[in-house]
Amino acid sequence: MKDENRATHESTEHRGIDKERRALIGAAAGVGAAMVAPGVVLHAVQAQADPRSEPVTSDVRWGLVIDTAKCADGCSACVDACNEENGLDLQTKPGRESEEKWDRQKAVWIRKVKLQDNQTGRITNLPMMCQHCEDPPCVDVCPTGASFKRADGIVMVDRHLCIGCRYCMMACPYKARSFIHEDLEGQLTSVPRGKGCVESCNLCAHRRDYGEDSTACADACAAEGHNAIVFGDLKDPNSIISQLLKELSTRQIREDLELNTGVRYAGV
Amino acid sequence: MAKATVRTILLVGLVWALLAQTVLAEEVRRYVVEGSKAAELDACVEPTERMRRMHFEFIKHQRIATVHQGIRGTKYSLAGCVDCHISYDEQRQPQPIDRPDQFCGACHAYAAVDLNCFDCHASVPNRSEDSPEAQAAHQALGLGPLGSLAQTHAGGGER
Repeated sequence: MKDENRATHESTEHRGIDKERRALIGAAAGVGAAMVAPGVVLHAVQAQADPRSEPVTSDVRWGLVIDTAKCADGCSACVDACNEENGLDLQTKPGRESEEKWDRQKAVWIRKVKLQDNQTGRITNLPMMCQHCEDPPCVDVCPTGASFKRADGIVMVDRHLCIGCRYCMMACPYKARSFIHEDLEGQLTSVPRGKGCVESCNLCAHRRDYGEDSTACADACAAEGHNAIVFGDLKDPNSIISQLLKELSTRQIREDLELNTGVRYAGV
Repeated sequence: MAKATVRTILLVGLVWALLAQTVLAEEVRRYVVEGSKAAELDACVEPTERMRRMHFEFIKHQRIATVHQGIRGTKYSLAGCVDCHISYDEQRQPQPIDRPDQFCGACHAYAAVDLNCFDCHASVPNRSEDSPEAQAAHQALGLGPLGSLAQTHAGGGER
């Protein structure tokens, strides 16, 4: 009898311990899951974004719509994001150059432009970058074929072929291209850059090739809450950008040149 | 007596053959910088002999496909070379791969070829571990999950 009692007592004790243990294990599992879960989600997202293994096609045409009414005066979020994404902030001023000259000469992919109508005094802010023309003048004039248009509509420079003649810079009506004048160090893996080549906005081509949704500038603008820059496929009638183009009254800058730009502006 | 001599000769021959192989393996290994990820692997993305003769053809072909057609998912990538062949100093700082004592630089100096890949391209791995580029390079190499890379790349900065 005594023995049996002890046995019962022990088993109840065990049950008590078991409960505590279970609670502890449960909590540990919860914490573990909370720590692992973001990683799992991250991995799932990346699994979708496989790097491109087939050549880009003309089934898509990438472009931007910029609503100048939403573009805030004094905001440079898109420019900063672009500089960081594409390693433009890694350029350093050569000692002999003046600040002024450096400001004019360093490579920039997006410029914030402020327009004023002198008759009415109306001020418009807009970001200006490569307009990714359907018929790009920079490609027309390039003597080596370095300046080219990718099948998906992105106008870019193949630095392996660029000889730095800068004809494209002169041909571009949008002042969108920059020349790298100095040797550089610490370039980003995704954005190689070197002395003697011309470059400009490539709609974050590396992001396109890894299946990401947007560009650095559009992301930054959305993060600021302005949503002035929208990136997307101009050929897909259901894309947000196509819907916007249907709704808004947009224009191409220098429409008279009939370049059919991939970047459209509303409110200019 | 004759038998014993033959046996000895055979034995010596065997030992010599084994030694020669080891020496050959050592020689092969010599070109890969110690402490790099590549030193742990048997061969690059192609057999060693093929890589020695053809690596520039591979990279040159790849660069056209990548720049003009946006193809990034293949195994011949310059960023992949850097990722795998980079070595680190005592402070865990990555050593630029084109330096004359590093993987690319050493051989190019010996062969007296002056290449300028790294005038423009990053000579140290500088992308974050979870970037799509890093994931892709890792997959192309047929290596395991990226956790192991994070260990070896502690010296590499976020960008």
